[in-house]
Amino acid sequence: MGVFTKIPYVLLGLFILINYGLLVTGIFRRISARIGKRIGMPVYQPWINLVKLYAKRSSVYHGIMFYLGPVFRLGGGVGIFLFMPLIFGSEYFSNFSFAGDLILIMYFMFFGMLGMALGAGEGGHPYSAIGISRGLAQFTAIELPLTFAIIAIAIQYQTLSLTEIVAAQQGGITHWVLFTNPFATAAGMLSFLGAMGASPFNVVRAPQEIPIGPPVEFNSGFLAVLRTNAALLHIVEAILWMNLFFGGATNWIELFIKSFCVYFFALFVGTVFPRFRVDQSIRWYLKVPLILGILAILYIKFI
Amino acid sequence: MSEINNKNTSGIEKDKFFAPENEKRTVTAPDGQIIEIDPLNDYFCGDAPRVHKPHKNKLFESFLNWARAESIWVLGFGTGCGSIELYPLLTPRFDAYRFGIQMAPTPRQSSLMIISGYLSVKTLKRVVRSYEQMQNPKFVMGLGSCTINGGMYWDSYNTINRLDYYLPVDTYIAGCMPRPEALLAGFNHLKKAIKEGKGEGANKYAENFEWYKANQKKIIKDWNMPDYNW
Repeated sequence: MGVFTKIPYVLLGLFILINYGLLVTGIFRRISARIGKRIGMPVYQPWINLVKLYAKRSSVYHGIMFYLGPVFRLGGGVGIFLFMPLIFGSEYFSNFSFAGDLILIMYFMFFGMLGMALGAGEGGHPYSAIGISRGLAQFTAIELPLTFAIIAIAIQYQTLSLTEIVAAQQGGITHWVLFTNPFATAAGMLSFLGAMGASPFNVVRAPQEIPIGPPVEFNSGFLAVLRTNAALLHIVEAILWMNLFFGGATNWIELFIKSFCVYFFALFVGTVFPRFRVDQSIRWYLKVPLILGILAILYIKFI
Repeated sequence: MSEINNKNTSGIEKDKFFAPENEKRTVTAPDGQIIEIDPLNDYFCGDAPRVHKPHKNKLFESFLNWARAESIWVLGFGTGCGSIELYPLLTPRFDAYRFGIQMAPTPRQSSLMIISGYLSVKTLKRVVRSYEQMQNPKFVMGLGSCTINGGMYWDSYNTINRLDYYLPVDTYIAGCMPRPEALLAGFNHLKKAIKEGKGEGANKYAENFEWYKANQKKIIKDWNMPDYNW
């Protein structure tokens, strides 16, 4: 299949994932409301919020980077999506996966944050600056155990291609990285909590402390782009983790179920544990998950 | 742009309340460059508000109005004793999230401002600034008798009596204090008004801008800010 014939399928996949991401966000809010003994907002509320934000009649901007910040953030989310195989073995939904896509995806995870940092910085609100410095500091700490886990997988299967990593995990549940290298999975899942920004590690948006952090100055359409990206990014990250540790998916049903479970791991941890302070969360990542990451490499090298 | 700024901020008279950090000054940058700073012109955009007309297609506009009504983001800004009645709305007992009502931390992102109870002159200045930073379409709700006619603060020396002299109000909720149930009823009333296309407070404010400004300046003595704060 040529590159140009692939484009409609890539766009279809993007459309499905954005809507699935919004649906999961709605269910997320609904479940966390039920845990707090509330009924919660309707499941379709994220769509209404998006329509409302896109339909705002006026908006305020603070300069060119302010415009580009949300665009870069969305570019980061779409970038991860573009180079990641969704359905293993499907000609139509393997996107633009290639031999070294894992490295590029890890770059895109940081790219969006940096773009957002420039944009939010131009907004000039003190909370933006605080949120950004917290976010970049914490993400650096998160990336260490995550990188060790990914290096362990790369050593294990001798490849940096997500498609080949998924292919190596086919053939039964015992072939998943979850069982062949439990240390890498543990380190990866702990860094997933931070990458999702759910409760114990939501130091960036930190409600009641620096209300909503970096996007504080973004209004109307800018915020709508950020919201669209949040819906896409979170579900795409869940699919990435699913591909890395839980054997990928061979059809859409499997993809929905597996990514839902990975996504809700973050929710259930978040509803049990209160928020860390930023220094606590960084220190925590440099202890247990980092040691697990090193163990993952040693495990695959010597056992 | 600088012409507009000068036009709008030249009306600010220096008085005894003029904050020293708002004075014009020259600053030497770390690289030796000398920069002139005029905070009132540099930090604010002095443009007057514009009228943003609704979409021409009525069916499309009513769909957008439906979305606006079903997704009301309330600015977390308690002005008086009534704000204590706002917080129970987020608890399991009343749970306003069911109706698409959420709290928003910043005026840039919120669409509804609740003036909860008495409004002192000092707070009015902050309310005006926050209201003008919100994006069109935006709504105002007056909570409690104090916003209607002054209530028990009718003859107080430092509170305002009628809110709609200063801001375009969409809904009033009478009572002293109204209970959260009354607030929920008020939200439903507001939603109905928005769906009927009557939530055009921001345009009303832009159309009658000079009248509102005159009223505000009549009562706020230490103005010290541009006429319109973006």
